[in-house]
Amino acid sequence: MANFPLPLADLFGHWGSYVVYAIIGIAFGMTLEGAGFGNSKLLAAQFYFKDMRVFKVMFTAIIVAMTLIFLSSAFGLLDYNLIWVPPTYLWPGIVGGLIMGVGFIIGGFCPGTSLVGMATGKLDAIMFVFGVLFGIYMFGETVSRFATFFESSYMGRFTLPELFNASYGTVVICVVVAALLLFVVAEKVEAMINDEPQQKLPGWIKPAAFALVALAAVNLAMGQPTSEDRWQAVAAESQARLDNREVQISSAEFLQYRDDKKIKIIPLDVREERDYNLFHLRGAVHVPLAQVQAKAKELHFEPANTVFVTISNDEAAATEAWKILRAESVPNIYILEGGINAWLNTYAGDSPDNAERVYNRQEDQLAYRFNAATGARHAAAEPDPDQLDLKFEPKIILELKRAPTSGGCG
Amino acid sequence: MSQVSRAKPYLNPYLAGTLLGIVLFLAFFITGSGLGASGGLNRLLVYVQNAVDPDHIDQVAYLLKMAGGNANPLDSWIVFLTVGTIFGGLISGLLGHRVKIETNKGPQIGTATRWIMAFIGGALMGYGARLARGCTSGQALSGGAVLSVGSWAFMFAVFGGAYALAYFFRKFWN
Repeated sequence: MANFPLPLADLFGHWGSYVVYAIIGIAFGMTLEGAGFGNSKLLAAQFYFKDMRVFKVMFTAIIVAMTLIFLSSAFGLLDYNLIWVPPTYLWPGIVGGLIMGVGFIIGGFCPGTSLVGMATGKLDAIMFVFGVLFGIYMFGETVSRFATFFESSYMGRFTLPELFNASYGTVVICVVVAALLLFVVAEKVEAMINDEPQQKLPGWIKPAAFALVALAAVNLAMGQPTSEDRWQAVAAESQARLDNREVQISSAEFLQYRDDKKIKIIPLDVREERDYNLFHLRGAVHVPLAQVQAKAKELHFEPANTVFVTISNDEAAATEAWKILRAESVPNIYILEGGINAWLNTYAGDSPDNAERVYNRQEDQLAYRFNAATGARHAAAEPDPDQLDLKFEPKIILELKRAPTSGGCG
Repeated sequence: MSQVSRAKPYLNPYLAGTLLGIVLFLAFFITGSGLGASGGLNRLLVYVQNAVDPDHIDQVAYLLKMAGGNANPLDSWIVFLTVGTIFGGLISGLLGHRVKIETNKGPQIGTATRWIMAFIGGALMGYGARLARGCTSGQALSGGAVLSVGSWAFMFAVFGGAYALAYFFRKFWN
C-alpha cells in the first residue's frame, strides 16, 4: 500500500528527479496561461466582481485536487503522512497574506501568474517580476530585525479536520459543497455587476459537479486509513525485520553515531515518567508510549540524516513504539537493544550509584531500584565512547527520506 | 477585451480549474510537494547575489541556508518547477496565439504608471510571500488542497487585503 509519493531521488537520481518537477512546472504554467492568468486586467477584475475567474479557477483546483488526494489516501495509494502540508505559522502567514493582497490589487499579479505573463510578453508582468525579486531581496535583508515574529505562532502540521475535530471525509465534502454553492453565487454576482443576463454554462459542468460530490461522498464513506490499517500494510515486512533483529541496535552503535556529526540521533524514551526521572540517557526525549503516535508528525520535520532510537526498560514498549512510528511512515527508526536495563548493566555494572540491582522483576520493568531521581546526571547517562572499546555489528542503514522537507515555496 | 484577432479565447474557468486541480493532485501524488513559484524566484535571486557578493550571503542567516559554503541555491526542485512554469506559459501562449508584447492596464492610466504600480505591487508580493512562507501557489493553492490551517488563514488574508483596498485603486483598473 501507499506506493505514492514516489521516492524520486531513488528512482531517477538527484538531478534526474528534477526533470519530473520541470515537467510538472510546464503543466502548471500551461494551465495558468490557459486560464487567462497571464493577463493582469483579468486578474484584477476579480476584485471588482466583474470577472470572478481567479476565485473560480482557484477553488475548482483546490476542491478537485483535495478530493483526489484524500480519495487516493483512503484507497491506500497515497501516504498522506509523506505529503508536504505547509506548517502553520499563523500570524506571519496572515500578515504576509494581507501584504500580498495589497500587492495583488496594486500590481495585478501574484508571483506564479506573473511568470506566465512574462512568458507571453506582458511588459507589466516583467516589471512585476522585477518587483517580486526586489521584495524578496528586501525580505532577506530585513528579516533578522523581526526574527521573533517570523518564527512566532508556530503550530506545526495542523489541519482543518484537527482544528474542527472532524474527520477528513467530513471536511472534504463540506469544502466541496461550500465551493460549489459559492460558484452559483459568483455567477449571479457577475451577471448583476455587469448588468447582463447570467452566462449559460457548458453542459458538462453540472454532471462534473455531481461527480465531484459523489467522489467526496465515497471518500467520506471509506474514511482515512487508521493506524491499525497502516500497520497492517507494512506488517509482513516490518515484523520480519523485528524478528530477524535487524533494527535492534547495540548501545555501542548508538554511542558511535551519537558523536557522529553526519548523523543526528534522537533517542525517544517511551517509558513512564517515573522511570524517566530515575534515569535516562543524556539527550533522550521523553515521549510516553501513549503519545508516540501524536509525536510522529513532528518527527517528519526532522532532517533526512536523523535516526530515531526508541528506548524502554527492556524492549517491549520500545518495540510497540517502533511499530507505531513505522506505521506512520517515519524513516530510520531503530530500537535500543536490551533497553535501559542492558545499558545500565554495560555501563554501570551491578552497583551503579544510587541504585541497587533487582533480580526478581517483570518484563520491561526497571532492573535497578534507584533511591533518587538521577535523570541524566547519573554517570552512566553519558558514557565516554573514547574510554570504551566499541565493537558492534552495524545495523543502521540510512534510508532516503521520501517525505519532502519543503514544499510549495521551497 | 482587446485581443489580436487570431488569439484564442481563454479556457472556461471551471475547465481551467479542473485541469489545474489535476496538475496539483499529480504534483502531490508523484512528488509529495505541491506547486510553488516564489521559492524558485527566491533561489534564482540568491544565486545572482551569491555570484555578485558571496561575502554578504555569509552574513545573513536567511540567505546562508540556501547558498552558504558549497550550497548551490539552484540545487532545488522548486527552481526546476519555476523554470518549467515559465516554459509552460510560453507553450500555452504560443498554442493560443496569445504571445504579444503589450502592457495590460486600465484605460485611465498610462503605461509608465502601470509599470511603476506593477513594480511596487510585485515588491509587496515578494516581501509578503517570504513572510508568509509561500505565495498564492505554494500556500493558498497547495496548502489549501491538503487542508493546512495556516494556508486557509493566509488565503482569506490575501483576498481580504485585496478587497479592502480595491476601492481605492479602482481608477487604475477600470
